[in-house]
Amino acid sequence: MNTSSLPDLIFTILFFFMIVTTMREVTLKVKFTVPSGTELEKLEKKSCVSFIYVGPPTDQLRAQMGSGTRIQLNDRYAEPREVMDFVAQERTTMPDPASQVMSMKIDQRTQMGIITDIKEVLRKSWALRINYSATRRN
Amino acid sequence: MARKKKKVPGLNSSSTADISFILLIFFLVTTSMDTDMGLARRLPQPPEPNQEDAQIDVKERNVLNVRLNAAGNLMVNHDFIDIAQLRARAKEFIENRNNSAKLPERHAKVIDLLGTCYVTDKHVISVQTDRGTPYNIYFQVQNELVAAYNELRDDLAIAKFGYPYARCSEDQQVAIRTYYPQKISEAEPKNYGGN
Repeated sequence: MNTSSLPDLIFTILFFFMIVTTMREVTLKVKFTVPSGTELEKLEKKSCVSFIYVGPPTDQLRAQMGSGTRIQLNDRYAEPREVMDFVAQERTTMPDPASQVMSMKIDQRTQMGIITDIKEVLRKSWALRINYSATRRN
Repeated sequence: MARKKKKVPGLNSSSTADISFILLIFFLVTTSMDTDMGLARRLPQPPEPNQEDAQIDVKERNVLNVRLNAAGNLMVNHDFIDIAQLRARAKEFIENRNNSAKLPERHAKVIDLLGTCYVTDKHVISVQTDRGTPYNIYFQVQNELVAAYNELRDDLAIAKFGYPYARCSEDQQVAIRTYYPQKISEAEPKNYGGN
């Protein structure tokens, strides 16, 4: 069998994946199912987006961390007040800090209390543009 | 005289496939395909440190109180309603088509491209949550409110310019946003309706 075109084929698939996917930046320590909505906008300018994850710890970590709602910033769990430092630190790495967007990936079942706390801290740190991550629903 | 053909030595490329396979698998593992979408919102500016808790006086007719309790029930002004009804209710409130005395006041405003319009830009939709409200309910409410604004803006854009809001030019979008400004305010959560 002639397999001389196989490398070309695989390279094509490779390039396809390189273009359509994004690098995974953090290992998730919380699990979440984001809500679904209809009025969604795409996140533009990936370099200006920082992520905040909120949800219960993943199954592997539940034994140590319990099942309460946790906030994850970068690679670790954090308290709401630590969001301020996170915002400032993210800002230093951005080409255009004025258009900073905080994308919040929050589990559907989370209670609003913790989210309000985060939003209050975000307001104080002047990170006013936020984005509630969600999936599209028809 | 027949020239003797010179043979080019072939490069052994049998491992290229393996190399590209390894690269492919590497990319499959380290990247994710999720396209990030979400509901974009804007938080209000932080209060000045020496600012009094000045209550901005808003007429009762100009406010739509949306309250969510810990059980996820929705109350608009004084009625319990279902999330599915919220969009229509919000549209009716924002638009105030019949100039009702119970809905937000309309006043004349000159807008570029649209001329003199009677707008309800003093209205406020106040969303109040409990600390125990599930995030999903809150998100659906926000989604419905944004949908109400989007539908009204689309209707206006089609009536005035002949195509939906998304296809309008920058100036046209500004005019429509002036006509229907998005005013969703979020009050501090209260603890009512149980924990």
